Amino acid sequence: MSPPAQPQKSPSPSQPSGKGEVSDLKLQLRQLAGSRAPGTDDAKRELFKKVISYMTVGIDVSSLFSEMVMCSATSDTVLKKMCYLYVGNYAKGNPDLALLTINFLQKDCRDEDPMIRGLALRSLCSLRVANLVEYLVGPMGSGLKDNNGYVRTVATIGVLKLYHISSTTCIDADFPSMLKDLMLNDPDAQVVANCLSALQEIWSLEASTSEEASREREALLSKPVIYYLLNRIKDFSEWAQCLVLDLVVKYIPSDSNEIFDIMNLLEDRLQHANGAVVLATIKVFLHLTLSMTDVHQQVYERIKAPLLTLVSSGSQELSYAVLCHLHLLVMRAPILFSSDYKHFYCQYNEPFYVKKLKLEMLTAVANESNTYEIVTELCEYAANVDVPIARESIRAVGKIALQQYDVNAIVDRLLQFLEMDKDHVTAETLVLVKDLLRKYPQWSHDCIAVVGNISSKNVQEPKAKAALIWMLGEYSQDISDAPYILESLVENWEDEHSAEVRLHLLTAVLKCFLRRPPETQKALGAALAAGLADSHQDVHDRALFYYRLLQYNVNVTERVVDPPKQAVSVFADTQSSEIKDRIFDEFNSLSVVYQKPSYMFTDKEHRGPFEFSEELGSLSVGVESAHNVIPAQRVDANDNDLLLSTSEKEENKGPSSNGSSYNAPVYDGSISLTVSQTQTETPYSSPALPTQASQSTLAIDDLLGLGLPAAPSPVPPPLKLNVRAALDPNTFQRKWGQLPVSLTQECSINPQGIAALTTPQVLIRHMQGHSIHCIASGGQAPNFKFFFFAQKAEEPAGFFLVECVINTSSSKAQIKVKADDQSTSQVFSDLFQSALSKFGKL
Amino acid sequence: MISQFFVLSQRGDNIVFRDYRGEVPKGSAEIFFRKVKFWKEDGEEEAPPVFNVDAVNYFHVKVAGLLFVATTRVNVSPSLVLELLQRIARVIKDYLGVLNEDSLRKNFVLVYELLDEVIDFGYVQTTSTEVLKSYVFNEPIVVEAARLPTLGPAAMFMQGTKKMPGTAVTKSVVANEPGGRKREEIFVDIIEKISVTFSSSGYILTSEIDGTIQMKSYLTGNPEIRLALNEDLSIGRDGRSIYGYSSSAGAGTVILDDCNFHESVHLDSFDVDRTLTLVAPDGEFPVMNYRMTQEFKPPFRINALIEEAGSLRAEVILKIRADFSSSITANTVLVQMPVPTYTTRVSFELEPGAVGNTTDFREANKRIEWGLKKVVGGSEHTLRAKLTLSQESHGNIMREAGPVSMTFAIPMYNASRLQVRYLQIEKKTKTHNPYRWVRYVTQANSYVARI
Repeated sequence: MSPPAQPQKSPSPSQPSGKGEVSDLKLQLRQLAGSRAPGTDDAKRELFKKVISYMTVGIDVSSLFSEMVMCSATSDTVLKKMCYLYVGNYAKGNPDLALLTINFLQKDCRDEDPMIRGLALRSLCSLRVANLVEYLVGPMGSGLKDNNGYVRTVATIGVLKLYHISSTTCIDADFPSMLKDLMLNDPDAQVVANCLSALQEIWSLEASTSEEASREREALLSKPVIYYLLNRIKDFSEWAQCLVLDLVVKYIPSDSNEIFDIMNLLEDRLQHANGAVVLATIKVFLHLTLSMTDVHQQVYERIKAPLLTLVSSGSQELSYAVLCHLHLLVMRAPILFSSDYKHFYCQYNEPFYVKKLKLEMLTAVANESNTYEIVTELCEYAANVDVPIARESIRAVGKIALQQYDVNAIVDRLLQFLEMDKDHVTAETLVLVKDLLRKYPQWSHDCIAVVGNISSKNVQEPKAKAALIWMLGEYSQDISDAPYILESLVENWEDEHSAEVRLHLLTAVLKCFLRRPPETQKALGAALAAGLADSHQDVHDRALFYYRLLQYNVNVTERVVDPPKQAVSVFADTQSSEIKDRIFDEFNSLSVVYQKPSYMFTDKEHRGPFEFSEELGSLSVGVESAHNVIPAQRVDANDNDLLLSTSEKEENKGPSSNGSSYNAPVYDGSISLTVSQTQTETPYSSPALPTQASQSTLAIDDLLGLGLPAAPSPVPPPLKLNVRAALDPNTFQRKWGQLPVSLTQECSINPQGIAALTTPQVLIRHMQGHSIHCIASGGQAPNFKFFFFAQKAEEPAGFFLVECVINTSSSKAQIKVKADDQSTSQVFSDLFQSALSKFGKL
Repeated sequence: MISQFFVLSQRGDNIVFRDYRGEVPKGSAEIFFRKVKFWKEDGEEEAPPVFNVDAVNYFHVKVAGLLFVATTRVNVSPSLVLELLQRIARVIKDYLGVLNEDSLRKNFVLVYELLDEVIDFGYVQTTSTEVLKSYVFNEPIVVEAARLPTLGPAAMFMQGTKKMPGTAVTKSVVANEPGGRKREEIFVDIIEKISVTFSSSGYILTSEIDGTIQMKSYLTGNPEIRLALNEDLSIGRDGRSIYGYSSSAGAGTVILDDCNFHESVHLDSFDVDRTLTLVAPDGEFPVMNYRMTQEFKPPFRINALIEEAGSLRAEVILKIRADFSSSITANTVLVQMPVPTYTTRVSFELEPGAVGNTTDFREANKRIEWGLKKVVGGSEHTLRAKLTLSQESHGNIMREAGPVSMTFAIPMYNASRLQVRYLQIEKKTKTHNPYRWVRYVTQANSYVARI
């Protein structure tokens, strides 16, 4: 397809050796610089081409800078362009030499030809040299007022470039307000679009330091601006349409009529051949209708066909991007897609990452009516020669089995997999059968009959082996030769490389022993001995624990290791709904493809303009919070230290905080201590207490490591809030993004309160009287939205964050509380509501 | 907002490289190429089009064996960037006529010129070949379309990747032809990719047609064009299950599930007489994409059989029947079937008198391949393959082989029966009579028979 470039013919030799050629070029350029002979331009073109091809390959040709500039005195546009490209690339590294170019660029900025003016201005802005910005302001000012649209489009982006080189120069020259003016008045749609891009970036970056900027940023979302842009949406290029639609998503319409108007206006955008436009439109639709359940559902129905069309037209890469979004929607509302399941069947030539998404969708949409067909299809893939897909398909079948009422047929199929006699199929199936048995113990008879026939020698994968061993232990009374299989496994202890398998083996042997002591005694002795000598810490500890337990009391051992089990009703979801919601909020972005919210994969400074605006950007920073900003900054350094110390504290809490610091039902050090004491001590000190003990022993025995059960929470002490709590908006945003919602409540507001709520500020002041501070607020009657925070008096890291939406026409307030310490969120919420109920009465 | 754009050859050389914002550290092209080349993550062997390395997001599309890449640190819309990359490739192709490594290397200065206008500081300005014309001054150095097969018009469709059916013509939009005059012509191609899955008993499990009406205009003065489709064309299968398969919808009626249109298309009279009106911009673009799951007659029937023939031996019989008119010929037909992994040798036996057939056993991925240069409508072809196995096949050899998949292209045939009734070009002068080419082709996308 791609023949290697031939150096003798091509002007772009693929790999020039470097230095020699560069100095050769230098010489040739010098000779041409002053020449006015005919044909000079052609010769220059050839030389320039060479220079640029070296540049592309990565050879440093910056030493030619002065020669290039000398040669640039020409009327040949092609030459000029090549020269500009070169200068733009190397000016940053050679600020002194860049000064040489200023002259001719400035001159070109006044050229008659708008083409040349635009080009020169763009190159001038691309120099990225801070001490040259003074030369930029003049040409830029005239560029913005140029009567040619092309020059203005260049100038608008130029303002943004200038801002990145020297923000103060840009602000001082008042360019942003010129852009604002152009955005609302320029006849050229691309100029308008560029103004919007530039302003979004500039205001977002400025907003952290300037209140005016954040007000300006918010003004971009005002009704007149949004309507102005929406009404000319068809004048914009498809790319600019995406930009406008991204802005519209953040707009909060005042009532449902407005919502329908916007949706009707954008309806035909769903038929656009450009997938980016369609997805941006879909995002607008989904977000506008979030609070209207049935319309939201209609939107799903409406967007299905366009999405499917995009998936099947266009290149494979594009269809993948769209498919990821479809996947997200299917996972959110599988019922709405249950009749479309055939669209999610895999095609043999699709890449793995596409098939994987499709399998997940098939799993999600399976219901009573389509399960049979879906599982039949999945079984085809399971028998497939493509091993990774076969594995995924088996897992999918298993998941469907776990979520269905009628698992009868599916279990049969799974058992058939075991008969297929392919190692990878057997391995995957064993893991699934184990999970199935934990949920449907009633199937044990059928499963065990098949599993018992599997030779453990054919199972090599650790997960599968562990599953098999678990079943041997758990159902040792039903599998006649279980003790002997386990015994032979113990004999090969040394060859077993996976610690997970050895751990399971210990437990299984002990369980088997408790049920069939005489037959297993030998194996148990060998297993404990091997375990005690094991170099792996966990294996060693478990062996020691069992050993001492057995020494202490066999009955207790049985209660600890082999208590009667309850079937698992639902397996924990791998992703929290909070994270899923966040990904949904970031629809039409990389978050959907990576299946992670953006804070997990982007640096802070690149979150993009308006990143947080779904939550905060559209709201004004409250008057009160302006006061808070100052103390917040003062405490900032201090605050960081405090955060650090809490995280250390978390670590020291040890086992009771089971990994996730947010869910840990931990109060403070002392309580966590008592919690862990109850858990470890009960089995010993009060062996007669059945329920509590079996609960905690279950935890120890838990093979999947589901963690410790939550301790009953003690009665909380009264909550005291810090009167002078401070939190800067960035920290608030971060916390809001990271913490899960701990409470969602609705309460009514008394009529006096509603009457008093003319502007957000009144309520903000009132709440501050109760040590609850506002960080952002917004909206107009009847809808107000506030973000509050409060801090525990004694605990610097004990923050509460609240989103409060008040509808004055229904006199209702909806409260979402997030807290560093979730156990107190109910107490706090009560406090918050009582403060709210007093509003207007004072 | 993108940070960098570059094009890499298959070997990973930079052919063009443009940094728009200077936010991504140096060496991104190498990081990208290494990652794609040695991709291994949870069993995947092929890098997805979008991935993240050290907080830099890499997007890529493959076009004509080249990698078109964009990087950014911002959480942008992936479909926007991928669409953009695809579009940049198309613009370059419009300019150069042929898009491949050679043409790109010869014209890299022109490409830089284009890139400067397409993106400014990471923001897309325009991707319209038409608009770009006034900003771009380099003349393309036209490269001969390398190794262009001369098998008739449909062969040209076979260029490029599977899902981006190639070009109508390999002629630059801007370059003048040797005669100095541009030939006034317009190409309208109806390209359909069909996917069918047959069950082991020959019953159709799923079927779908993904079609595109692609246009490439070389007309001067941007005349208005009217494109009339089947009058009884209907869109949307309201409320009914998409896989209803009730042919009661009436013979001849073409029912599309859904479609979308290029932004230049006006749909004012579409609802009335199924006519699309547009002012065609220069260059190649899809006028309309459509999707159909209505039942249609699959062009090929496949019969596959594998059975044991004594110990360590098995026999495969593959039979295909061309279910279309004898005036039509399918070309570049390829039938593939995975055989048991413990197959060591295969001997093939074609029908007596078979011409233009090739057979092959791909040892590496244990697959037999059967190529047929031409298949005339109505004909039937059979291949027998005798397998030598290295182990016994536990009696379920059926489970160890298949499914059979097939690729082909059938020019002047379209499975959906969607037609261009007429193509009307607004007349500038009386003598103005441009050439019009309306062509149909059907390709296999995923054409699979289970055994």
